[in-house]
Amino acid sequence: MTSLTSYLVEHPFLKGMDKKHIDLVVGCAKNVRYNPGDYLFHEGDEADWFYFIREGQLALEVFRPHKGGIVFQTLGTNDVLGWSWLVAPYMRHFDCRATELTRAIALDGNCLRKKCEEDHELGYAMMNRFVKLTEDELMALRLQLMDIYDAPIK
Amino acid sequence: MMLQSNNTAIKTELTNEPFVPVMYEIKRIQRETEDTFTIDLILPDKKKTNFRFKPGQFNSMFVHGCGEVPISISGNPIKNEKIVHTIRVVGTVTRAIRRLKVGEYIGIRGPFGSHWPVEKAVDKNVIIIAGGIGLAPIRPAVYHILEHREKYKDLSILYGARTPDDIIFKKELESIRGRFDIDLHVTVDRADNKWMGNVGVVPTLAKRITSDPSNSIAFVCGPEIMMRYSAVALQQYGMSLQDIYISLERNMKCGIGLCGHCQYTGKFICKDGPVYSYETVKDLLKTREI
Repeated sequence: MTSLTSYLVEHPFLKGMDKKHIDLVVGCAKNVRYNPGDYLFHEGDEADWFYFIREGQLALEVFRPHKGGIVFQTLGTNDVLGWSWLVAPYMRHFDCRATELTRAIALDGNCLRKKCEEDHELGYAMMNRFVKLTEDELMALRLQLMDIYDAPIK
Repeated sequence: MMLQSNNTAIKTELTNEPFVPVMYEIKRIQRETEDTFTIDLILPDKKKTNFRFKPGQFNSMFVHGCGEVPISISGNPIKNEKIVHTIRVVGTVTRAIRRLKVGEYIGIRGPFGSHWPVEKAVDKNVIIIAGGIGLAPIRPAVYHILEHREKYKDLSILYGARTPDDIIFKKELESIRGRFDIDLHVTVDRADNKWMGNVGVVPTLAKRITSDPSNSIAFVCGPEIMMRYSAVALQQYGMSLQDIYISLERNMKCGIGLCGHCQYTGKFICKDGPVYSYETVKDLLKTREI
């Protein structure tokens, strides 16, 4: 078993996935490393990759003219970054920057999309997991939007 | 005076009359954030107090000519030479307290209410989740655990604030971060790109906990909605609801369950709470307009 396979088999995101599907996923994977300050992608880039973060921290941010970047989410060890590779037109909506030395497994979205088209069971298994990820992030975003720490009385 | 809290008798030096405040002198005022400050109180003749309380309890603070406000005690329950409160300015009385200066006086009634079950947490992993000013009522529990560190297993502290400028107890958090026996994660809801820490709501940090959930207990304090989402996150992590404790806040007035201002269906938050097992109040939290 390769280190990529052993890592992905144990990853909570892929928990319960068939070994044959894990092998298909591993076929689109590679190890990557980013130094602090490196950008993984920028807004408007093609969304060709998504990532399983092995260690480190990544910041998702939006640039505001004359005001700099605003960070709206950070991701860390064991988090999964990116779902734009699943949804046409496969474009990035934000910038992503490493704030620490970050090691990750990058998965080729083009490669995996083709495999999902060919094997709908794999497609369903991936979609199932990404819908859950989307729901978790949507819930967190809604809570963030509520500004719950605002003073009850002004 | 003997007050019954969590079935534990607690002696207080304060008064034989629970409605009569005892005047304390302000020894020190520490700014935490733009709208939050910590105030240390001692007896007027500069004597050290012998004030005893349990982590999670609150006092009623009285400003002459203005009114009373219930405020959680944020000091060390082991070191009882002073009474410490961390206060956010949100209304008339808290605004009046902020105007007070060192050497001036403030009335105290208490301690009131139930406490974080630090006894039940012995030999368990302790997970503390706090949001905003919610770190203040939970800080005495942290002090207690650190004073008896050998009795507890893993200690995880997850703290969320609105922005980096809204983080309270910054120096203490920095010193805790340096300890190898505490797993501390701090997050903010929003930040510019100079902030190097986590960004996102505090319940999302639950996935960073690595302790065995079946032998864990959680103390959660903050805005009620944050506590509900944190309970969901802790359940997903594998904890049962009876091992999750939260601190509720309502309109506490008398502190002894007589006036009814803080009545929450059949419970009086000032006397039966503020600390409850999540299991016992989860349905109450769905009740609107209380």
